Amino acid sequence: MSLVDELGTYLGSANTRAQLWSGLAEHCYLALLPIVFGTVLAVGAGWLGRSRPSLRGTLGVVANLVYTVPSLALFVVIPGIIGTTILDSVNVVIALSLYTAALLVRPMLDALDAVPQAVTASATAMGYRPARRFFGIELPLAVPVLAAGVRVAAVSNISLVSVGALIGVGGLGRLFTDGFQREYYAPIVVGVVLTLVLALVVDLLLVALRRFLTPWQRPAPRDPAHAEEVEA
Amino acid sequence: MIPETFAWFGDAANWSGPGGVPARLAEHVGYVALALAVAFVIAMPVGLLVGHTGRGAVLLVGTGNIVRALPTLGVVTLFFLLLADSTPAALVGLVVLAVPPIMAGAYAGVQAVDPHVTDAASGVGMRGMQRLWQVEVPIALPLLLGGVRNAVLQLVATAAVAAYVGLGGLGRYLMDGLAILDYGEVVAGAVFTAALAVVLDLLLAGLQRVLVPRGVRLAELATSKGST
Repeated sequence: MSLVDELGTYLGSANTRAQLWSGLAEHCYLALLPIVFGTVLAVGAGWLGRSRPSLRGTLGVVANLVYTVPSLALFVVIPGIIGTTILDSVNVVIALSLYTAALLVRPMLDALDAVPQAVTASATAMGYRPARRFFGIELPLAVPVLAAGVRVAAVSNISLVSVGALIGVGGLGRLFTDGFQREYYAPIVVGVVLTLVLALVVDLLLVALRRFLTPWQRPAPRDPAHAEEVEA
Repeated sequence: MIPETFAWFGDAANWSGPGGVPARLAEHVGYVALALAVAFVIAMPVGLLVGHTGRGAVLLVGTGNIVRALPTLGVVTLFFLLLADSTPAALVGLVVLAVPPIMAGAYAGVQAVDPHVTDAASGVGMRGMQRLWQVEVPIALPLLLGGVRNAVLQLVATAAVAAYVGLGGLGRYLMDGLAILDYGEVVAGAVFTAALAVVLDLLLAGLQRVLVPRGVRLAELATSKGST
């Protein structure tokens, strides 16, 4: 039977399609929730690095170390540390949140450093207190660099979730263990393609989100009525 | 979990023979080294050439992004079904995943060389290959070796995952331990895999220190000071 026929038979079953949808939904949840948590953690680390510059070296070393640990190792050790069962999907969410944060700490600190001194000084002069200045001025200006890091982290999370299938929590990764056990190409090929499509869609959504969050970076409108406003 | 782990570490049977730690560690390092060597031979010339000529950059970056999104477990199981033999299949999968970071590092390094510098090199009469080896590659070394380090991390992690299709190495402890729910063995596997990744990364960081010419390091230092 050719691969095309095999795929046809595989996708023709309503049972399979239900399995694909639930796998896809689980995959989104397992990959995207850590993006949110990881970004929040990285923003926290950025705040810490800004207010206590002496901690920056430590933050960098810790981030590097976390990033070095192989995913499968992290997935199986987390339940031992926090006391969840090994099949709990929380383990995967925590591990991927840590990776996301580790990946974002360095760009976060660099981006905050790149905010022009004159801007932060103006904000202070206008009466912004440190917290409001951080969230209202410095963080928004760091978004373009941060967004680039988030895109990398999102794609890498989407690919890593599948490894979770080895501990029974893997979204689309189950298609790979399923295909391996049955020596059946169709689920594996479908799983790879769906993962790539998901990564592409999420990446496009993140680009749109960045554009929404950084209106000053959009190309200037042609309408002459607005030209002055843009230049100012 | 901690007593089980200590029991595993304390059991002399786990430290010798074909399933012992030294043998598994050697296997793991062997797979990583072999896959890295093959990936290096494929990726380095392509990355350098694309960086040097500037042709094919879009294709290279696009391919790199797609491969980064590839699920490693999917790649490994797919090659297993295609080749029907664990070790070669896993090794092909490892190479496929190690090529893009090396290629991207080499390309990014050469591409980021200041055009004034390459112009000056041509100005003093250097030919293409001379310019590449004597000017562009030395300046590109930090990024180029950064790509190699990424590839090694990826390889250590993926070789562990490939134990699922029957590859040896440290991943065996993870897979076998999970199969019989021996948590001590699982943790031992995780600890060794993580330690191997950290140690290899540190070794490469040391190598980077030795290989990167002093002038390039000083220039980097000067620009990073200038930007803050």
